[in-house]
Parts: sequence; structure tokens; C-alpha cells
Amino acid sequence: MNIQDYKGVFVFAQQVDNVLSGIALELVGKGKDLAKDLNTEVTAVLVGSDVKGLADELAEYGADKVIVVDDPELKEYRTEPYAHALASVINEFKPEIFLVGATAIGRDLGPRVSARIHTGLTADCTQLDIGDFPINPVPGKEQLHNQLLMTRPAFGGNTIATIACPDFRPQMATVRPGVMQKAPREAGKKAVVVEFNPGFTPNDKYVEILEVVKAVSDVADIMDAKILVSGGRGVGSPENFKILEDLAEVLGGTVSCSRAVVDAGWKPKDLQVGQTGKTVRPNVYFAIGISGAIQHVAGMEESDIIVAINKDETAPIFEVADYGIVGDLNKIVPALTERLKAELAAK
Amino acid sequence: MKIVVCIKQVPDTKGGVKFNPDGTLDRGAMLTIMNPDDKAGLEAALRLKDQYGAEVTVVTMGLPKAEEVLREAIAMGADKGILVTDRVLGGADTWATSQTLAGAIRNLEYDLIITGRQAIDGDTAQVGPQISEHLGIPVISYAQKIQIEGDSVIVERQYDDRYHVLKAKMPCLITALAELNEPRYMTPGGIFDAYNAEITVWGRANLVDVDDSNLGLKGSPTQIAKASDKVRKGAGEKVALDPTESVEYIIDKLKAKHVI
Repeated sequence: MNIQDYKGVFVFAQQVDNVLSGIALELVGKGKDLAKDLNTEVTAVLVGSDVKGLADELAEYGADKVIVVDDPELKEYRTEPYAHALASVINEFKPEIFLVGATAIGRDLGPRVSARIHTGLTADCTQLDIGDFPINPVPGKEQLHNQLLMTRPAFGGNTIATIACPDFRPQMATVRPGVMQKAPREAGKKAVVVEFNPGFTPNDKYVEILEVVKAVSDVADIMDAKILVSGGRGVGSPENFKILEDLAEVLGGTVSCSRAVVDAGWKPKDLQVGQTGKTVRPNVYFAIGISGAIQHVAGMEESDIIVAINKDETAPIFEVADYGIVGDLNKIVPALTERLKAELAAK
Repeated sequence: MKIVVCIKQVPDTKGGVKFNPDGTLDRGAMLTIMNPDDKAGLEAALRLKDQYGAEVTVVTMGLPKAEEVLREAIAMGADKGILVTDRVLGGADTWATSQTLAGAIRNLEYDLIITGRQAIDGDTAQVGPQISEHLGIPVISYAQKIQIEGDSVIVERQYDDRYHVLKAKMPCLITALAELNEPRYMTPGGIFDAYNAEITVWGRANLVDVDDSNLGLKGSPTQIAKASDKVRKGAGEKVALDPTESVEYIIDKLKAKHVI
């Protein structure tokens, strides 16, 4: 491998049902920053069936170039044809950086692709920078410049590690959704669109999709919410989430929850905040009856304002809360809702 | 049917996390457990064994001490345990780990390989899919239900807003979610068997079709530039007031921050 041959920042533009996922635009945004530091371009790799129309949206969010791999075999996500698509793009276009979202799709696709092309893959990154490796000069070891430094939490968020991939290309990372910012949309901006099809011949590695069962959910995505009213086991019962829903309604917010609540079957998984759920960063996060296990905190600590209500004054949630209230949520939450109603009606 | 289950011994985060002075994890000071997703994978294999009849072999890579999780797996009902341990395998990232495990599994006959989705120490979710790639077999990640039909396996594969019912021809690799099932307890007879069971120990020499350049720290494409205990933003205010005062306190703060 001649590392000098590898140029440019590529991102996987995940789409589901021919709608770009939020992470696709977040990665274009981050990829643009990295490309600027490297004095190169950001290329979005769009994979699917009949997806070419999405290229303009990627351009308006900052992609300089869009490589479209369009084939009927790519209609629904399946590991093998998607891995073949990305590995072929990498072999043909030789990017120095390749970013994939750390979604249920990307965390399956990323490792398969990195193993196929023999490079390193850093999982679930929350920060990406261009810098030197080793970070500080080490006698007898060449310090490499313009390396991708990939920072990620490990051990349920207890430690944080920065990883480099100095000897292999592309430097690959999966990136946590909701962490990177998309760039402002520039209407009418165009990108160079390149169509590329490496050919898709089904083999034993192609699994057959017997059925696609979509969860019926008209709930707003908690990752987009400006205000989240989040409940934990301390809420006590699924029925008692009503008081959280009332509070959320008054504030125009959305209800989310901790893992304990999902495990107990009180709320569906798509409302779960935390290491094994979603990363959120709303303007206000109410943590109500949530003890604040490290895995939960990892998913919400970037919120602008954290308000915690818990009867246990030693609950770890108070260590990250801006405003902690030790008290009975059953008394405080309904009273707060009523008070807010009066307050907002007076305006 | 022959099923291989990959399991990992991990520090138990419930017992608290301990650090060395340099900020790295003090693994020696922490209790260890079988990784939860792996345990769900093992339970899934044991249920297939109960339902269809199968030989279940558990494989782990780690320090000699990792033998403990193999014995636990046998006490739950696994038939054989294989420990892959060797100094030259240490410091492996997911590429080198998956190369090692694939090299060990090439010695075995298998219809199905089951791994946990991810381990609670690294949280990468990479090793399962990477093993499947090295072995050239299909992978189905995030399995929430597993059934056998003839020479195929039918799996419900979870996504954010949906699940797919997938059919793959065996041999196939599946990664299991902890939510897949409630793992069984060890049985007294099982514990007795586990105590007496012979654990197979393999080293570098037993790995098939793996080049030295793909093993251990030297064979790992990713390298750690920096590791540290996470710096958190720290606590703000904490008050204990009666409910009415609590409400006024929150209202004041929301006003001060222009939320309302």
C-alpha cells in the first residue's frame, strides 16, 4: 500500500427508504471540516436503488462530489451488497479517510468493509481531528502529520481514547449520530456526480429478506427534540409517565427514557437515551427519576441545560446536572406543569 | 448441527471502574464476568441445542484466567471449551482479534457461529462481522430471534425503526443482543461437569491460515494515541426544597436561561 496514493475525505451517505438519514448530513458537515484542514474535498458515497435524486441534497449540505452506486440489489440494506459497494468504491477512488455512521447499519457495514480491504476501524467516535501521531514527539519514532485522530468513549463512557491508523488507508471511523453538526444548507449548490457500479452478483453471502416489519411509530425522533422530558425507573410505572407527557406537552418537548424503562417494557427502545440507545443534545434535558448510570450519562451529558429531579440525594445524575432538585417527582412534576401552564398563558 | 460461540471475559462495570495512575484501566483490580451480549449468544445456542440437537463449542481469546468463562459456559450446558492464549496475541485491536479467532475457528466444523453484538469494555461491535468476513460467510448482526429451517437460518434483525426477517444459508455468523433472551443459570450437574471438563488450550501455532503480520499489537492497524479518564463537566447546583419551592426554583432557572 502506498499511502500517498490515498486522497480525499469520503463519507457514507446512509439512506433508508430513499430518505437521507440525519447522520449522512452530519458526516458531510464533519467531512467538510476535515477536508479543509487537509486541503482536499469531501465526497459523499450514496448507495441504494433509485437514489441519484438525493445527490443534490448532499451537495446543498456541503458535499463537493457524490459517488452514486445505484443497483436494484441495493434497495433494502443488506450487509454483503453494501460491503461490496463500499469496498469497490474504496479500491477504485482511494480515499485517505472514510467515515460511516455508528448506526445499526453502519456498525454492521463498517467492520465488514474494513476487514475486506484490510484497514483499521475506530468505533463510535465522538470527536475527529487532523493532527500528528504520535501526538508528542517520541525519540527514534517518526512523527507523522495530517493523521486522522479519532476520539471515542470506551468502557461505557468511563474512559476516553484517541486512536490513529498510521500505516493503513483509508483511516476508517464510525461516528455516533447526533454528535457532529451539519453545515448550513446552501440552496442550489451543486456537486460533481459520478455514477459507479462494480456489478452485483448474488452468492451465498447474500441473505434473503423474507419480510420488512416497520415499527409503527408516530413519535418524534428524540434526537431532534429541543426539550426532552426523560424518565427512569423512579417514575414507578408506565401509567405514571403521563405526568412526564403532560410536562413535555406544555413545553413543546418530547418524552424519552432510560434503559431500565425499556428493559421493564414500559417504553419502546426508540425512546432510549444512552450508550446502547441514542445520543441526544437538546436545549433542556429533564432527568426525572433517573439515577444516572454512566451509560445513560454518556448519551445526554452534552445537553445545554440538565435539570434532574430525584429523591435520592446521592444519585449520580446530580453530578452532571446543572440544576438538581432532591425531592418527590410525583409532587414536583405535576405542580411544575400547572405552574408552566399559568406562566405561558400569561404571556 | 455444530455451533461455535465466541465469548469474552470482561471487567464488571457494575462493581465500579478502577484506574491505574496513568489513566488506563486497572483490570486486575476489577471483578470479571462473561460479557452480557455473549452470554445471550450462548443462551441462544443452548436453546437451539435443546430444540434441534447441537454440539456447542465455546471459544475465548484472552489471558489464561479467561478459562473461567469457558467453565461457566460448560456449567450452563456448552459441550466443549477452547482457550486461545499466547503472549504474541496480546495488544490486539479488532482486526487482529478477529484474525486470531477466525484462525482458531478454521480448525473446527461449524454450521453456525454466534458472537455477542459487542463487549462492554470496548463497545466496538466489530469482531463478529470481521470474523465472518475472514471466513467468507454471511453475517447477520443484531439478532433478536433465531430459528433453523433445513440448511438455513431465519433471523429477525433489528434496526432503529424496523426489523428484517432474514434467511441465510449456513454456515453463517450471527451477533446477538443482550435483549435476545434471559440466559439460564448454571446447574449443579453442569457445575460438576465444568469442574471436571478438559479445556483445550491453543496458542499461535494452532491458528490456521493467519500471517504473523496480522496478530497481536504489531498486527493491529489502529494504535492508541492517548487514553484518559473522562473529564466531565461537573455538578451544578443541588437543592432540597419543598415541592412548591422546587417548582419556583425550576421556573426561575428556565426564565434565566430564556427557555420560557
